[in-house]
Amino acid sequence: MTQPQSVGVVAPRTLRFNDPLPLKSGGCLEEYELVYETYGTLNADRSNAVLVCHALSGSHHVAGYYADAPEQTGWWDNLVGPGKPLDTRKFFVIGVNNLGGCYGSTGPTSIDPATGKAYGASFPFVTVEDWVTSQARLADALGIARFAAVVGGSLGGMQALSWTLQYPHRVAHAAVIAAAPKLSAENIAFNEVARQAILTDPDFHAGDYAAHGVVPERGLRLARMVGHITYLSDDAMAEKFGRSLRHGKQVFSYEAEFEIESYLRYQGKKFAGYFDANTYLLTTKALDYFDPAFEHGGNLSAALSRAQADFLVVSFSTDWRFPPERSHEIVQALLHNRRNVSYAEVDSAAGHDSFLLNDAIYHGVLSAYFDRIQVTGHD
Amino acid sequence: MTELRYDFQAIAEWIGEGETVLDLGCGDGSLLRHLADTRGVLGYGVEADPDNVRASIRNGVNVLQIDLERGLAGFEDGFFDHVVMSFSLQAIHNTVGILTEMLRVGREAVVSFPNFAYWRHRQAILNGHMPVSENLPHQWYNTPNVRFFTIADFESLCEMNGIVIRDAIGFDEGVRVREEPNFLASVGLFRLGRDH
Repeated sequence: MTQPQSVGVVAPRTLRFNDPLPLKSGGCLEEYELVYETYGTLNADRSNAVLVCHALSGSHHVAGYYADAPEQTGWWDNLVGPGKPLDTRKFFVIGVNNLGGCYGSTGPTSIDPATGKAYGASFPFVTVEDWVTSQARLADALGIARFAAVVGGSLGGMQALSWTLQYPHRVAHAAVIAAAPKLSAENIAFNEVARQAILTDPDFHAGDYAAHGVVPERGLRLARMVGHITYLSDDAMAEKFGRSLRHGKQVFSYEAEFEIESYLRYQGKKFAGYFDANTYLLTTKALDYFDPAFEHGGNLSAALSRAQADFLVVSFSTDWRFPPERSHEIVQALLHNRRNVSYAEVDSAAGHDSFLLNDAIYHGVLSAYFDRIQVTGHD
Repeated sequence: MTELRYDFQAIAEWIGEGETVLDLGCGDGSLLRHLADTRGVLGYGVEADPDNVRASIRNGVNVLQIDLERGLAGFEDGFFDHVVMSFSLQAIHNTVGILTEMLRVGREAVVSFPNFAYWRHRQAILNGHMPVSENLPHQWYNTPNVRFFTIADFESLCEMNGIVIRDAIGFDEGVRVREEPNFLASVGLFRLGRDH
């Protein structure tokens, strides 16, 4: 048993696609670029590729660090690397920034070739299905006919699930973590509050804030603050912040007085400094629209009858954004279709965010599952 | 583990090629592994213990982390050919509830459990102590078992609840007991069904 290590210095790559991509919304991207990173080595028969799909604010930078920014480790660095659950000595792992994103893949901040200006508000709606289609094109370009696994947490888990429905024969295993087969009304409600914060920010300018040389920072801050509340659990917040006061006493002010206020403001401000408001709007809508059962009269079992993959489904006990019951829906629908599926309900205090954390039991489950995936040229 | 091996082999004899099996309290998944290897079953285990969940996954067995005390509400009627509960019935509070659920989601149920009326256990009680044996390895103060019953008790319970006993085997140290199972068998293994 070797010590888990970092994949080390990594560098993103960009691939340009000139085939138009028809979108579920009816729109079309005539041409686009995808930014991606890879870790490990693709084996001779290209059977060891694993796609990691990112969630709302994630990116292609899954693991390792950049030579010029060693502090910027990938968002799932605890999972991907030599000796880690997704062991890069065995697997060739790919992270890709989704279309509509703001980390390099074509999105609202990119130049629209039709106008020569940034897309801004005119960037078309993209869906989970569109992302999966674009990821499949990236796989084609990299010569990967079939993934050993497609893995994702939260919105990333929805992409993993969608992969098994859109390309049933191109996915051997799907790991669907802290996800749901569709958003609840409450989930959509939180997203709508976040969107309204951005849409009603005077600096939003109907999405063309860049042309005005501003950023709807207040809206982004509020959106992130609302989001963060849903990522944590009541217990985690109580333990981390409780009712702690920054000045040790009540000072009767609207300044950040309770530690939780200070934390949320910090998270909001940080996020508003790097994330694009249009990307946030698009991505929350992609979440809201995801519902593979919709075309089957709400019957998830019927929707999942296309799937051919083996599944690992994982939920976390204190996740109230996508609670264990939402994962049960996926498991029961897979069971109905006689799919191979294992389900772990991890006891964790950290709420929805648990899927990003390095928990021994959680990672033990992932290691056990990924270790038994067979790829050639490896035990 | 001799008893467990015999348990597995006898269970396998009741299960047909390619059938669907649910194993409640599947441990490290070794029964399902055995049934997959010898009968090509489509198997699913249910486990509450995280270490067992991980061990089952390592065994290449489908495992669902569900607390059995919450019942089998999510499973469809008659989905499984067989629902197995090996050495777990005595550790569950709602005995009738789980048996009813097993025969709802499965065509047949298979249960094995330690027989408290086994003669060595009786001897232990006569000597003034709770029995501790290969099949009852715990002390009274740390046992996970919550129901203490005999083969005869179990037969009565089945009769009271309209559960048909299709087969019953007693084991003593892994060897099949031909006579007086309630006295000579340390383990009872039952194949159950419904008449309708």
